[in-house]
Amino acid sequence: MSLELLGGRILAPWFGSSIYVWGSIITVFMLSLSVGYFIGGRLSLHSPSLAKFGCMFLLAAAILVPVIYLAEPVMVWVFDRIEDPRYGSLAASLALFVAPTVVLGTISPYSVRLLVRHKEESGKVAGTLYFVSTLGSALGTLATSFYFVLWFEMDTIVAVLAGILLLLGALGIGCRGLDRHA
Amino acid sequence: MRSTFAVASAILLACAVATDPVAADRRILHREQSLYHTILVVDEPTRLCLKFSVRNNTRNQSCVDPHDPKRMVFGYTRMMIAALLVVPEPRTVLVAGLGGGTLPTALAELLPNLRVDVVEIDPAVVQVARTYFDFQENDRVSVHIQDARVFVKRALQRGRQYDLVILDAYSGDYIPEHLMTAEFLDETRRLLAPGGAVAANTFATSKLYDHESETYRLVFGEFFNLRVRTSNNRVILATDGPLPDKATVRANSRAWRPALGPYDVPIESYPRRMSTTVDWDSTKRPLTDQYSPANLLRGSR
Repeated sequence: MSLELLGGRILAPWFGSSIYVWGSIITVFMLSLSVGYFIGGRLSLHSPSLAKFGCMFLLAAAILVPVIYLAEPVMVWVFDRIEDPRYGSLAASLALFVAPTVVLGTISPYSVRLLVRHKEESGKVAGTLYFVSTLGSALGTLATSFYFVLWFEMDTIVAVLAGILLLLGALGIGCRGLDRHA
Repeated sequence: MRSTFAVASAILLACAVATDPVAADRRILHREQSLYHTILVVDEPTRLCLKFSVRNNTRNQSCVDPHDPKRMVFGYTRMMIAALLVVPEPRTVLVAGLGGGTLPTALAELLPNLRVDVVEIDPAVVQVARTYFDFQENDRVSVHIQDARVFVKRALQRGRQYDLVILDAYSGDYIPEHLMTAEFLDETRRLLAPGGAVAANTFATSKLYDHESETYRLVFGEFFNLRVRTSNNRVILATDGPLPDKATVRANSRAWRPALGPYDVPIESYPRRMSTTVDWDSTKRPLTDQYSPANLLRGSR
């Protein structure tokens, strides 16, 4: 959500802040998350492990960093080719945000698979996960829009998000031993 | 039983009157929730006003006196005319933010050969300006429904130039943050014809004053700050090249004075209120596309 919020700011210098710019961003994030959920579910079928889970975080971080550097050239490219800012903002959002958001989307269903031990508790585990991830989204949105934009540059916030993902990924891979002992 | 009913209806009626956001002597002629604002057209005793919010204390965006339509009712609208002290004979003007259309209409009247492009994001505002504020498009005045940032970028791409760019897109309640960054001002600067100027109607209070002033200084160097004691607004006048000297400004003000009479613009008083003094905290960060919390800064003293 933090990324989605920044997405609006990233696009504004080229495509403005008309209502359709937000329409593009929300569409692209929803679309990417849905694809990510689907892929994450499929991935969880093939010998799931905490190490692979950690790799998903690392991949997300690795894809997020180039967004910082590619944003400007990608938007210039789109701006020069697409006159209508509705399709311009849609094309730029697709180019910039699909990859990281798809990868982030795979995490939720994969976590369900890792945490569920018995099928009786699957509902409870999924519920707790939705709770944690949606609460995290809410707090991320609040902190970003109320404070982070007042203290930091946009690129710094994106870089910190990538850093957090990197840390979580490393933690997952580091803790894979625990998984084996459990 | 009947009296209970009467009392109840009296109370209800009293509540309805008490909660009415607009006092009894004002009449709402038009109310509309557009994509970007709540638009109100309010008929006040001596004037017709456009507002962008339902709160009672909301500042008016634009007002006209129906009995004297040329008279500029607002201090800041009058102050924007000071742009003519820096660029006395513009042939092309870009106005970002239409409101009731007071400025583009007045400029087109004052300068018979002027071409005005207005860029306004909200089609509903254009409709209201046409219907209630007698705003008219013609072969010299055209309106583009677009985000100003996008319009400026496209205009640069097409090699267009303007003698004067008027930034009037910051309403009291919300600032479009991508229209107050150094990158945007730099794009606007590059859009100026040689000798051209930018005139911006902005805020004179809150922390934003420091940040915004530093942003203009970063892009334009020294600029004129026009402030009037009675107003919370200030007008920034900035040029691509060096600023005109005081004598030129005073000469322009004398030349424009007769024509501005019907508009009630005290143009002769502006030269001495235009200052290049750095009266803000110059250690504050300029606003950029990376860092542009204009609305948050505006909220803090």
